Amino acid sequence: MESTAQVLERPHATEEHHGHAHPQLSFLEKYVFSLDHKVIGIQFMFSSLFFLLVGGWLALLVRWQLGFPGQAIPWYLAGFLVPESIASASVIQPNTYNTLFTMHATFMVFFAIMPMMIGLFGNFLIPLQIGARDMAFPVLNMLSFWLSVPAGLLMLASFFVEGGPASAGWTSYAPLSAVADFTGVGVGQNLWGISLLVLGVSSIMGAINYITTIINMRAPGMTMFRMPLPTWAIFITAILLLLAIPVLSAAIGLLLMDRTLHTSFFIPAGLTVTGNPLAGHTGGGQPLLWQHLFWFFGHPEVYIMILPAMGITSEILAVFARKPIFGYRAMIFSISAIAFLGWIVWGHHMFQSGMNPVLGTTFMISTMVIAVPSAIKVFNWLGTLWGGQIQFTVPMLNALAFVSMFTIGGLSGIFMASTPVDSFIHDTYFIVGHIHYVLFGGSLFAGFAGITFWFPKMFGRMMNPTIGKIHFWLTFIFFNCTFFPMHILGIAGHMRRIFDPNEYPHLAHLQPINTFITVSALLLGFTQLIFIANLFISLRTGKRAGNNPWRSNTLEWTVPSPTGHGNFEVVPTVYHGPYEYSSPMTDEDFLPQDQPVDPERMKLAQGMGHH
Amino acid sequence: MINRIRAYSIAIAGFLLGSAGTALAQGSKVVARYHRYWLPDQATAIAGKVDDMFNLILWITSVVFVLVAVVLVYFLIRYRARPGGKAIFYHGNTRLEIIWTVIPALIVIALGFLSKDLWSQIKQQFPAENDALVIDVRPRQFQWDIRYAGADGKFNTPDDITTINQLHVPAGKNVLIKLTAQDVIHSFFVPEFRVKQDAVPGMVTKTWFNVPKPGHFEIACAELCGLGHYRMRGYLTVDTQADFDAWYSKQQSEKAAQLAPPPVAPAAPTGGSTTDSALIPPKGDTATHGTVTGDSAGAKKTDTATGK
Repeated sequence: MESTAQVLERPHATEEHHGHAHPQLSFLEKYVFSLDHKVIGIQFMFSSLFFLLVGGWLALLVRWQLGFPGQAIPWYLAGFLVPESIASASVIQPNTYNTLFTMHATFMVFFAIMPMMIGLFGNFLIPLQIGARDMAFPVLNMLSFWLSVPAGLLMLASFFVEGGPASAGWTSYAPLSAVADFTGVGVGQNLWGISLLVLGVSSIMGAINYITTIINMRAPGMTMFRMPLPTWAIFITAILLLLAIPVLSAAIGLLLMDRTLHTSFFIPAGLTVTGNPLAGHTGGGQPLLWQHLFWFFGHPEVYIMILPAMGITSEILAVFARKPIFGYRAMIFSISAIAFLGWIVWGHHMFQSGMNPVLGTTFMISTMVIAVPSAIKVFNWLGTLWGGQIQFTVPMLNALAFVSMFTIGGLSGIFMASTPVDSFIHDTYFIVGHIHYVLFGGSLFAGFAGITFWFPKMFGRMMNPTIGKIHFWLTFIFFNCTFFPMHILGIAGHMRRIFDPNEYPHLAHLQPINTFITVSALLLGFTQLIFIANLFISLRTGKRAGNNPWRSNTLEWTVPSPTGHGNFEVVPTVYHGPYEYSSPMTDEDFLPQDQPVDPERMKLAQGMGHH
Repeated sequence: MINRIRAYSIAIAGFLLGSAGTALAQGSKVVARYHRYWLPDQATAIAGKVDDMFNLILWITSVVFVLVAVVLVYFLIRYRARPGGKAIFYHGNTRLEIIWTVIPALIVIALGFLSKDLWSQIKQQFPAENDALVIDVRPRQFQWDIRYAGADGKFNTPDDITTINQLHVPAGKNVLIKLTAQDVIHSFFVPEFRVKQDAVPGMVTKTWFNVPKPGHFEIACAELCGLGHYRMRGYLTVDTQADFDAWYSKQQSEKAAQLAPPPVAPAAPTGGSTTDSALIPPKGDTATHGTVTGDSAGAKKTDTATGK
């Protein structure tokens, strides 16, 4: 409690009055081109859920081909919606199977997980949690969302152009992605690049806004080390975004020039296309340059998608264990350590690429080391549960799933970090299993946890807990049935990104596993409709939530649900950290950050809870 | 009552989690009998070492996972909310946190150093070229162009022996593969060797192996290389030295006949692959001497069909 005393001496918050005399806003200003960070956050939520469904549908088509190769797409996968560029006569073709997994990953990474983790939670939470009336730059914030829309539309449009959408994988390795003749995809790959350039601008706008807001607009008493962990995580994530996205944009710029202006940044001399010399490129480029640039962005990107999820999980575990988070500062330092180390591990994606093997050893060691801060977080989450009064609400169940699934995803990463083991499992289904344990088992479970947790603050109603639990348990079971066996496939040598594994006699016997995974994936996919349905049903019929339905400490729970434009009638003053649950300083089992404590009682409590 | 149901359901979930971890840990032994669902056969000494490393990591991670899962589930049951209960007020313990920082750090760094030597055996300590059979492999969409030095022992001379998708090597001898892609990135992967090496256009990468016993293997392309990636399959035949020599001299004499001024046209080249009865693919990818194979012809056709 050393900081509590300091703050009590601080002058009281300046009670500036602002935002009371809002002119009546039109529908467009209020819900479409809104400057309110909360509305923008909710806009990101709906766009990310839309793309989650699109990406999920593409994943199910991929799975359909692997589980039931060569069979017509069934009615329940909406075969009639599949553009002719993907499947002819409802059967997925080899030449377009590649577009399915390319666009699945692209939509999930850039248009579902990132907007959900950063666009939704960043926008909605940051001003509310630090006691600000809005973001530092509300117009920039609006532009950030409205640039992500054309980016999404451009990406969707690529399904309807000649040659179909990008098919070189979401990693778009050059030269496959750099020359149209190698894939048969022309405009589609260009649209992929242009869309991500536009989206990059949107991300950078958001990142600048988050960083500025957090540094400058905290309420009196809200020191950096009193900030809630979701805000901390998004703060660090925004720094990663600001530094990583320009690298991706530069790489895509070079790629687009190779494709359209016939430069040769990634194209060496002397290439052939089905036996004939490649015309129009002078050569002199380096295919590995693309991989270095892409993964220099791409690995921080992984942490961009997981750090906010870690922050959300920390918040929810503390609230529903009714306990202070175990090792608050250690949590912040480990997030920072992950963010720093995240810049020096990109080469572990390139162990087998022809990169100097000595460099491979260096990247192996840095990759091994990055497991440590992740381990610290898992142990601290366990420490948070220890001695708690654990309430199994829907957000809590999802957050607990995050902890256990992220543990599996983190541990399976150690296999790949070991260079000789990677030599075998690289580019196999083991990797596919690993990445989905991190991004679905990790980020998406945290997304479900966060949405159900803050839904009452967004809309003033609770999400239906019964439907929520059904959704959770089905998702948890089908998730594991879908992705765990992928490790087994990989261990048996099953390469990823192959249209028909039966083409290889040494893989044909694995078909039963593939079929099992596909059936599980279908069930997993359709289970997500329960979540969407719950969201819309609860919008209308959910139980009314008061200001603070979860009896939580952070500032967003001190204002009405839903919160009006301007957030706080009076800017709050903060007296203590965000996780003072079950504190002896109060009779309740929670202590809101803006609630001062009787100095006598504080003296009594001095020294308690620190060891 | 509800608490009890809750506790039971949590216990069941915990049991499932725990057993998944245990299954993983025991997997290597139990599943070994059904090894079709586990690691492929080990064809080289390196494969055995990679598997040892794999199993070591599997044991360590399984133990960690089971510990975490057991503690998690125990806490969830033991510390579930009870009416009137109060959580303890505890912010953390620095000594404990130092312990659980240092121990994982030591484990992972040890794993790193254990991996280092094996990695260097795979990717750095190549056999000397005069102690190895050197083969040039130049993959392209969607086939493996394979080249042996031929009679003069030099590459890129008229007497080079070339095959498509057919790699023959002798057993018990070091084989050094030099890879260069002709168009996009491909990856040379033989699951039984546990080794993968990308072939990149514009640069030479190397991989080596020494297979003690004759056998038949598949070469898989492990890096997405376009629409025919999934069927970019090669055949690796490991022969006894005598069989290999016979195959090689047959290739040489056919090549010589090809190069000789043709008074009479030589018979169409068919040799080399007829002995691979076990692995003759259905479509006739086995043609040699640069004949266009069924596969690449098919690829061309599909290529044009995509409408470029």
